[in-house]
Amino acid sequence: MSAPIDNGFKGSAARNAAARARLLRGLLPALSLALVLAAIAWLNPRAISYFGFSLMLNLAIPIALATIAQMFVIAGNELDLSIGTFVGFVGCVTATWLKDAPLIGVAILAGSIGIYALLGALIHLRNLPSIVVTLGMSFVWQGLAILVLPKPGGKAPDWLLAIMSFKPPLIPFPIIAALLIAAVVHFGLMRTSYGAILRGSGGNPAALRRAGWSLLKTKIVLFALAGLFGVLSGMALIGITTSADANIGNGYTLLAIAGVILGGGEFVGGRVSPIGAVIGALTLALAASPLLTFMHIPPDWQVAANGAILIIVLAARVLISRRER
Amino acid sequence: MASLKTLLARPWIWSFVGALLVWLATIAFTGGYGAGGMVTAALSLAVFTVIVGVGQMFVITLGPGNVDLSLPANIGLASAVAMKVMGGSDAMIVVGLLAALACGAAIGAINYLLIWALRIPPIIATLSASFIIQSVDISYGRGLQIKPPPGFADFTNWQVLGIPVLAILTVLFTIGAAIALQRMIYGRSVLAIGQNIRAAWLAGVNVGRIRFLTYTLSGALGGIDGALLAGYFRGANVDIGNEYLLASIAVVVIGGTSVAGGKANVPGVWGAALFLVLLLTMLNTFGVSAGVRLLLTGLIIVGVITAAGGEKTVR
Repeated sequence: MSAPIDNGFKGSAARNAAARARLLRGLLPALSLALVLAAIAWLNPRAISYFGFSLMLNLAIPIALATIAQMFVIAGNELDLSIGTFVGFVGCVTATWLKDAPLIGVAILAGSIGIYALLGALIHLRNLPSIVVTLGMSFVWQGLAILVLPKPGGKAPDWLLAIMSFKPPLIPFPIIAALLIAAVVHFGLMRTSYGAILRGSGGNPAALRRAGWSLLKTKIVLFALAGLFGVLSGMALIGITTSADANIGNGYTLLAIAGVILGGGEFVGGRVSPIGAVIGALTLALAASPLLTFMHIPPDWQVAANGAILIIVLAARVLISRRER
Repeated sequence: MASLKTLLARPWIWSFVGALLVWLATIAFTGGYGAGGMVTAALSLAVFTVIVGVGQMFVITLGPGNVDLSLPANIGLASAVAMKVMGGSDAMIVVGLLAALACGAAIGAINYLLIWALRIPPIIATLSASFIIQSVDISYGRGLQIKPPPGFADFTNWQVLGIPVLAILTVLFTIGAAIALQRMIYGRSVLAIGQNIRAAWLAGVNVGRIRFLTYTLSGALGGIDGALLAGYFRGANVDIGNEYLLASIAVVVIGGTSVAGGKANVPGVWGAALFLVLLLTMLNTFGVSAGVRLLLTGLIIVGVITAAGGEKTVR
């Protein structure tokens, strides 16, 4: 389950202890999810059912996709503060152009992925701080979203509604979708040779450059992948909400960062885990709303719950890392 | 030293040139109408960006990864705290300001505590803190008396010969900040940490204490900014600080402070803040829609960063 991390050169006893700590660390995202699930099961046993999960995890798919998008950016040691408004922009395009004129809609979405790729190139070529560039871009996407859809409304394309309301037998759709996303991205990023290069561009860019790989290309690919998953997230979101609003994705920027970190990702060094990121997103989706509702805590504290979970998990990670030494 | 000065002089000049150009473009559009009023309005609004911008500048100067993302939530909570403590009474203005300052400083201290105790990047620490502060604010601010006392509202809007008094005070404050940065042990330590944290530590700089002070300072400035904003706009609300996340970071970078740390510029913060405020005024004067305004603001910020940035870290 955990992300494979290369070994250093250590004695065998130390290596065993370190391996155990690393295993624990890798299991931490899954443990936090299990804890949240156990709390929900204890507070409201009826929620643990096919229908309950479909309902509770409804919004987990777009959150998981946005988290994966953020994860690609973080893998390259950058940060995307515009993913939320980008998801909102995609949502607005999905609910208008993609329904009314599918070809133009597809072209706009493909173009927006192209803009993401260009941003990656710009950030690399001019050595710009990604935080500032993407913060600026968050205004651009928000502005475009308002231009596309000045008032809340629009309608999701029928095929998208059909996909998102799909009810497979036995296992609820959000869980299947989460497994699928995690498996596909895990294979692509962790099991292919170019995936290793992409992670390496965050882990040791200097070594990668000396080995003859283009850092410009890796950054473009990482940002384009972020754009792609941002588009998928926006479309999935509209497939669930059925109509759009220019501000619909704003909360996703912070949720996505939190999801990556909860899932065991590190800010520097290209240490990310796609499976962890998806689990992190599920944990946030469950803890923010259903858990609080079952605990009779007012929705005011929803955001605080996200912050608290983040802090608790990070604290647990520090305790484990101490043993890793 | 002289070569360092010319190096520093370059970036901040550009932010003022940019502000001037935007101003000229706007009065060319209006045919000279409202040129003075625009400067007054720009000065009044720029003050709020400058105050948080200076705090953010010290934090960013600490080196890569150092950034305070909790400022918007901090401003929101402090504005509510200040208005609650003042309770609409002129006698409580100073107490209210002190309460906002203390609230902000406490948030800054907690930020550093998280960074230190959990050994996590400042972005994540300030982010998690801002989640919690935001909820505290929403819960605390509900059904509060949020109007400022009349004396405080008048003070924050007070002008002498078309110059906002708050702007004059902020100029004095930024001069103090510039002296602290370039001439005092604290500022030199911040710069040293930003240039090379290990070398600074080996040279005997108390890295932990300086970082703690810097985050607390940024928090305190956010707090006082919240109180002043609530006075100026005659009321506190949860979203009052939202635009200051982008603004505080943007003015620091446009103003010529290095995002890689170790190189800061105080005058540039003023130039960049005036530039941003005048830019918004210009777009409003041109009568563009909200969508176009956001779009252009974002594009101009990305454009300016692309033109101004691009400096390689010297390592």
